[in-house]
Amino acid sequence: MEKNKIDALNKAFQDKIDNEIKIEPKDYMPDAYRKTLIRQISQHAHSEIVGQLPEANWVTRAPNLRRKAVLLAKIQDEAGHGLYLYSAVETLGADREQTIDDLHEGIAKYSSIFNYPTLTWADMGTVGWLVDGAAIMNQVPLCRCSYGPYARAMVRVCKEESFHQRQGFEVVTQLAKGTPEQKAMAQDSLNRWWWPALMMFGPNDADSTHTAQSMEWKIKRHTNDELRQMFVDATVPQAELIGLTIPDKDLKFNEETGHYDFGEIDWDEFWQVVKGYGPCNEERVAARKKAKEDGLWVREAANAYAEKRAARNKKAS
Amino acid sequence: MTKQEALFEYLLRKADDSLILGHRLSEWCGHGPILEEDIAITNIALDLIGQATELYKYAAEVEDKGRDEDDLAFLRIEREYKNVLLVEQTNGDFGKTMIRQLFFDHFEHLLYEELMNSKDERIAAIATKTIKEIKYHIKHSSEWTIRLGDGTEESHNRVQKSVRDLSRFTKELFYQDEVDQILIAEGIIPDVSKFKVEYDKNIKAILDEATLELPNEKWQLDGGRKGVHSEHLGYLLTELQYMQRTYPGMKW
Amino acid sequence: MNKKEWPLWEVFIRSKQGLSHKHVGSLRAPDAEMAVNNARDVYTRRSEGISIWVVESANVVASDPSEAGPLYEPANSKAYRHPTFYEVPEGIKHM
Repeated sequence: MEKNKIDALNKAFQDKIDNEIKIEPKDYMPDAYRKTLIRQISQHAHSEIVGQLPEANWVTRAPNLRRKAVLLAKIQDEAGHGLYLYSAVETLGADREQTIDDLHEGIAKYSSIFNYPTLTWADMGTVGWLVDGAAIMNQVPLCRCSYGPYARAMVRVCKEESFHQRQGFEVVTQLAKGTPEQKAMAQDSLNRWWWPALMMFGPNDADSTHTAQSMEWKIKRHTNDELRQMFVDATVPQAELIGLTIPDKDLKFNEETGHYDFGEIDWDEFWQVVKGYGPCNEERVAARKKAKEDGLWVREAANAYAEKRAARNKKAS
Repeated sequence: MTKQEALFEYLLRKADDSLILGHRLSEWCGHGPILEEDIAITNIALDLIGQATELYKYAAEVEDKGRDEDDLAFLRIEREYKNVLLVEQTNGDFGKTMIRQLFFDHFEHLLYEELMNSKDERIAAIATKTIKEIKYHIKHSSEWTIRLGDGTEESHNRVQKSVRDLSRFTKELFYQDEVDQILIAEGIIPDVSKFKVEYDKNIKAILDEATLELPNEKWQLDGGRKGVHSEHLGYLLTELQYMQRTYPGMKW
Repeated sequence: MNKKEWPLWEVFIRSKQGLSHKHVGSLRAPDAEMAVNNARDVYTRRSEGISIWVVESANVVASDPSEAGPLYEPANSKAYRHPTFYEVPEGIKHM
């Protein structure tokens, strides 16, 4: 295509975005927009799928029947959310299994938070409360994302996730008002998850390579730092209410700004884990890879059967 | 044995079947052969844990000794669990899990169809809800058995081996003793021996379509209903009971 | 390794009797029966539906968005297809 025609298409595309008109799968879109979406949505999908593992770690040890059912339903939702998101990726011409292979080869990333281990039952509470809480902060604005299939998937995800954070907070609350042993378990869990949860919003705005372009394309609606601040402001009073202490000596309400000031994140740790050197990176990817490899014969068998049956039906007709 | 004792024992047996199988299926969560199947297996696990919860609740009421459904599910010793041996067998590969499910689902289907007519209203109500779930389970395990049996050479060999390994636990599904006789006489449960032929026929129909065969050997095991289990159950209970045993008496 | 993956299916759900089936997303399945089973598990976990349609994505024929102008805009100028185009004298009810 000649250059001025492409320029015109690009302008029409950006006009649509500026006017809040959604982009749909077969519409013209610049390559970079498509690539950014494929990267972001598949990364999001991988996070849901890998995110099943730290919680699945406690399914067989859940303390009572109600908690067991709730936890299973929550993890199942995560698989569902991964699937909705992979569906959105496929509308962009990417192949789901290829993006999954990229994850297994270490080419594609997922949220670093899932590289931390779940060591006690309290972590089932904290993960729901903080990790899902942070995820919701990220995801609610994505319901208005400029790409139609992604926005629609996120509407569904957000609707279903509303119970996830609540059940987590319920677990933590139950511990916080329980025996001293239970309360200590909750506090220890908060101590371990607080900072990684803050890291979930990504690097500071000044160091974020993708933010500006993503905001112009309305894939993103808020910067990393804005979302992080919203999360801190929302979460600190919740911790206070149930008598737990946020592990940050610099945390203080700022009367002037109306927001909480908080301490510096350990960015070395953040980059370590992103690069693959977190406590569970190896195990998480290995587990997903194993599931896919162990399932190969099952998927092949179903394909073979479908082919045989189609051939039989053809013969019969 | 009084009617109340028999009813309590029967409810425990069926609740344990559902709990232990639900526990086994929940081990697949996050590790299924494909995402869609991960979700499907978890659905079935959730149905089973839901069934177990209802049955334990009723059992606790029948017993009337101040225990609740969680006490029954989590705080008995190994010899007091009364599930059939089939459900505690390890998951193995996906095919083994499906065959275990096939043998179980077909029995449950016939049983719960009858339990809907139980003279015990509570059991009839539980059965009416449960039968809808089972109808889906039976479709799921039957369709998978056919696909794996009549799929590739590898899949055929794998599931054929699982059929051979697991068929020795099927007769126990029809185990009956004094507990059953008391409840049959009261019209609370059916005499399951009357649908053994139908069960065999239904299983054979699926296996035929799947090009699979039952072994000729008639060797069968039982013991679960009396609390004599395979070695697998102890490890399963170790995980299941970990929290309740480590932190006695706490609320979660 | 055989890289052939299950085909993609589009899923349509009727949320209640009296409404049309609506597109909700897609999934992978080896055949139509499994696609319906999977759709039930994936897309109706919260009683969202009472009827499911699945169609292999490869069989969906779509209109070309660059032709959206010629396809749909001519209808915009045909306001006489809408009831509000017509004047009804005051006092007339039920029309």
